[in-house]
Amino acid sequence: MSYAQPHPRFSVLSSSSLSSAEHLSPAASSTRFSLPSAPSINTTVHTPKPGIRPNVYDRNLNKTRTAEVSSAAFAFLFSEVVQYTQKRVLGIADLERRLNTLGYRVGTRVLELMIWRAESSAKIPKREIRFLPALMSIHTQVWRAVFGKPADAIEKSVENADEYMIIDNDPSITRNISVPRDMSQLSCSSFTAGIVEAVLDGLGFPARVTAHNTPTDALPNRTTILIKLEKSVLEREEALKT
Amino acid sequence: MAIHGLWVINKAGGLVYQRNFGEGLPGLTSNEYLVLAGTLHGIHAITSRLSPTGPSSGAQVIEGETFKMTIMLTATGTKFVLLTSLAETTADVVLQKVYEVYADAVMKNPFHTPEMPIRSDGFDRKITALLG
Repeated sequence: MSYAQPHPRFSVLSSSSLSSAEHLSPAASSTRFSLPSAPSINTTVHTPKPGIRPNVYDRNLNKTRTAEVSSAAFAFLFSEVVQYTQKRVLGIADLERRLNTLGYRVGTRVLELMIWRAESSAKIPKREIRFLPALMSIHTQVWRAVFGKPADAIEKSVENADEYMIIDNDPSITRNISVPRDMSQLSCSSFTAGIVEAVLDGLGFPARVTAHNTPTDALPNRTTILIKLEKSVLEREEALKT
Repeated sequence: MAIHGLWVINKAGGLVYQRNFGEGLPGLTSNEYLVLAGTLHGIHAITSRLSPTGPSSGAQVIEGETFKMTIMLTATGTKFVLLTSLAETTADVVLQKVYEVYADAVMKNPFHTPEMPIRSDGFDRKITALLG
């Protein structure tokens, strides 16, 4: 999939839908995000009163077991995200690009959080500098952090040396989504692709990541996340090979 | 013991999903099904107002000589109707499961418009797995 213009990474905007520009631009939209308003950030200095749930900024970042989110609640939220986005785009490519951008925002945070957690739990925190171990850690660690289970397979493209694939047989975010026939190329896993792209970017492996439906008879929701690495990454891998 | 058909009727009385299982049912046109569903909606509204002791949720089972229809009314007014043989004892349980599948495959699907006919491969697939 090729992008005609630079990827609007930190803006949900794309040139084909400029009509909605004002209320989506980062500057004008600060009040549109549903973050609790600013005072909650300042409350971190106060000790929370007993009986009141600490706000999200005060919670311990390392408590993963009790911080799980209801998948039904997420399914409804994601459904609304897709509907909201769909109303503001002109085509499937545009919709996928916006979902990718939203995922990218999640991915940058996922990476930061995972590294923070690894640092406090592991004795020798490690940063992946080679591509394959990084891909492995996305396949297992990132997937486990985001979806609660590792992905199902990693494949390397036979035709193109710069293409790798992560395969999920039943992605939990699109489990309940049935795409109508006239939009059959659409894969809502573009959101996941955005997460992967952000993690790869953050680790220093710039790539273009897209999602594709690859259903089989037994696995109708099977999805392939296609990673197309930038040339610089391959060149560095080659140089590191010695 | 057989399940013949499943209807989903929206809160306005429109038939949003209809499917037959097996060869048991006479082939009616989709228009006839719409009329039947609308009529059932009306009958159900009447039955819900006939209760001598306070409010009622309306008819739950309508039995004939050869078959019965079990009706489940949800909190939002959507009705699930299962046409089964008389011997079928698990219709209530099956309807609960259908409701669950509906909540998952229809309500969480961003491409479904509420109150409109259900055209979702995922719903079809799960219903087939459950009843087909």
